[in-house]
Amino acid sequence: MNITLKLFATLAVHLPPGARRSHQAEVEVDAGATVMGVIQAFRVPLGQCALVLVNGSFVAPEALAGKVLAEGDVLAIWPPVGGG
Amino acid sequence: MTWTRKILRVNLTAGTCQAEPLNLEWARQYLGQRGLATKYLVEETDPKVLPLAEGNKLIFATGPLTGTSASTGGRYAVVTKGPLTGAIACSNSGGYFGAEMKFAGYDMIIFEGRSEKPVYLLLENDEARLLDAAHLWGRTCWETEELIKHAHQDPQLRVASIGRAGENGVLFAGIVNDLHRAAGRSGVGAVMGSKNLKAVAIRGTRTDAYAPADPEGFFKAVAAAKAVLAGNGVTGQGLPAYGTQVLMNVINEVGALPTRNHKEIQFEGAHAISGEAMKQPRDSDGKPNLVTNNACFGCTIACGRISKMDKGHFAVKDKPQYHGASGGVEYEAAWALGAACGVSDLEALTYANFLCNEDGFDPITLGTTIGAAMELYELGLIKKEEVGFGLEWGSAEALVKLAEMTAQGVGFGKVIGLGSRVLCTSYGRPDLSMSVKGQEFPAYDGRGLQGMALEYATSNRGACHVRGYMVSPEVLGIPLKMDPGATEGKAPMLKAFQDLTAVVDSAGICLFTTFAWGGPDIQSMIQPALGGDWSLERLMLLGERVWNLERAYNLAAGLTGKDDTLPPRLLNEPAKTGPMKGKVAELGKMLPEYYQVRGWTPDGVPTPETVARLGL
Repeated sequence: MNITLKLFATLAVHLPPGARRSHQAEVEVDAGATVMGVIQAFRVPLGQCALVLVNGSFVAPEALAGKVLAEGDVLAIWPPVGGG
Repeated sequence: MTWTRKILRVNLTAGTCQAEPLNLEWARQYLGQRGLATKYLVEETDPKVLPLAEGNKLIFATGPLTGTSASTGGRYAVVTKGPLTGAIACSNSGGYFGAEMKFAGYDMIIFEGRSEKPVYLLLENDEARLLDAAHLWGRTCWETEELIKHAHQDPQLRVASIGRAGENGVLFAGIVNDLHRAAGRSGVGAVMGSKNLKAVAIRGTRTDAYAPADPEGFFKAVAAAKAVLAGNGVTGQGLPAYGTQVLMNVINEVGALPTRNHKEIQFEGAHAISGEAMKQPRDSDGKPNLVTNNACFGCTIACGRISKMDKGHFAVKDKPQYHGASGGVEYEAAWALGAACGVSDLEALTYANFLCNEDGFDPITLGTTIGAAMELYELGLIKKEEVGFGLEWGSAEALVKLAEMTAQGVGFGKVIGLGSRVLCTSYGRPDLSMSVKGQEFPAYDGRGLQGMALEYATSNRGACHVRGYMVSPEVLGIPLKMDPGATEGKAPMLKAFQDLTAVVDSAGICLFTTFAWGGPDIQSMIQPALGGDWSLERLMLLGERVWNLERAYNLAAGLTGKDDTLPPRLLNEPAKTGPMKGKVAELGKMLPEYYQVRGWTPDGVPTPETVARLGL
């Protein structure tokens, strides 16, 4: 199945080279893939996954391994960020 | 102790400058900067005074950590009655100006009265003089700073000034120091302009004006607190690298990025105006917008943005004076000038932001007022002939022209310069002003973040994000994660955030430290700085006292609990997209509880018990 993977700020280097400028890529993952599975498949350092959203909704660190993705989901990840 | 225990009183009517002792009893109750200046304003002025009248006062104030080695200890605030809101105005700035005021030996400068002719204050340690500013009137902040430094042959003077916006009565004019730091919100620059005060220039070289009560304890605490900032992912890595602008994509993804005057809640052009985009080489010239980051006095975070524009961009191709490096867009400015108007041209936003720094006006209110004008234009209420050009959504050309006209005080720029409440009211649609108490929202939609809705409604200076910052728990999970769509638990959390923020501001440090520091980190520095008993409990009570004093001032000025509300659009029009689709701001579920936890009546008035408990 396909999902949209968005890796922002310093995490963009873990996207395919052609997708780094836009910070997002359509990627194919196995049916039943979890958020943790995608993080590992794209070698995103877990310690840098400070803010994880699926379709804009927060996924807590302890829920990453159990959160199953569906076709068309948008998975977005940031390192530690703040502002205002 | 790190108060200088001295203030300067400048009577602009009489043309006198007089030093006097700081009221230490008040200092122990209100700490400094925001809290202490508010106490002076409350005691010395009639709350019903017209903001631009001679009877209003303008107070520049530092805190006890300003001008010390504490990280970010360079902040000062300008406190007055605000012309945009008619409420208390407290606008806070970084840079180097605040620390210089302490180095000259002053905790605070109080300006009262009105000068007959334009003047500026030159303060060199104990010598304070009001000098003729006729040659500076009509000049920008950038020109003013350069001319004053040249006139006194001192490049190390620190200058805070108003530009043409403050002279022209732009109701959201700010005071700019160090070229691109600003006491930007609520119109404090318009009050300065009404007093014919063009600038304050300070050179301080005193080393005996103040010292920590416990020097060894202070330096140990400061070093430990700096290690906390360096080791934290947000303050040690995220903010230096991407600045506040990294939030653009975050807030868009969570469905809380107000777009086109809050008609929508997500912006299709968010990525193009984001912190990530600022770092990428442009297609046009192969260079990135962002040149480097930048730090204020004593700051070990360095979130500031320094940008260079594409020289071929339509806004500056014939204006080489804007081709150099200058203050780039921060998140709130990029949102207001961008998403709020539907504009996704990062270079145009950068130029408009340069103009805000150059002539001293608030990019948040500028952008949101232009967004409101674009909606009035879409509805056919504003005609092309009135403006001289079209105000179509997303028009970078319109944004640039209106920013220029507002800076210069010409044409439709004079209307924009009065803010969105006056604009929308004058076209018969006050409901389209996205403001609270007359001040426009910053960059978070209260339908997507319920705690922010409550924060906006209850902020003492009108809609504001730096009077509590519920984005931290609702989006970033700092200090704990709260459901942004829920209303439960938001009132007590907001109260704690508001009170702690009042402490941070009153201490003279930057709010961004609180991404890493908690109350105990701040207390650990204040205790050895001032000596005596400064427990965390005492500080939090002090923060609550400051909040309630501001509230009492607003009530005495004529505001009521009915002003603690939001525009009908946020209360009635559901979010159209994103994870918060279908949500409205559920203020009615939170406000009664908020009044209760504050110890206020159901009408929003502090009860006699609360007044007594806080020693007001």
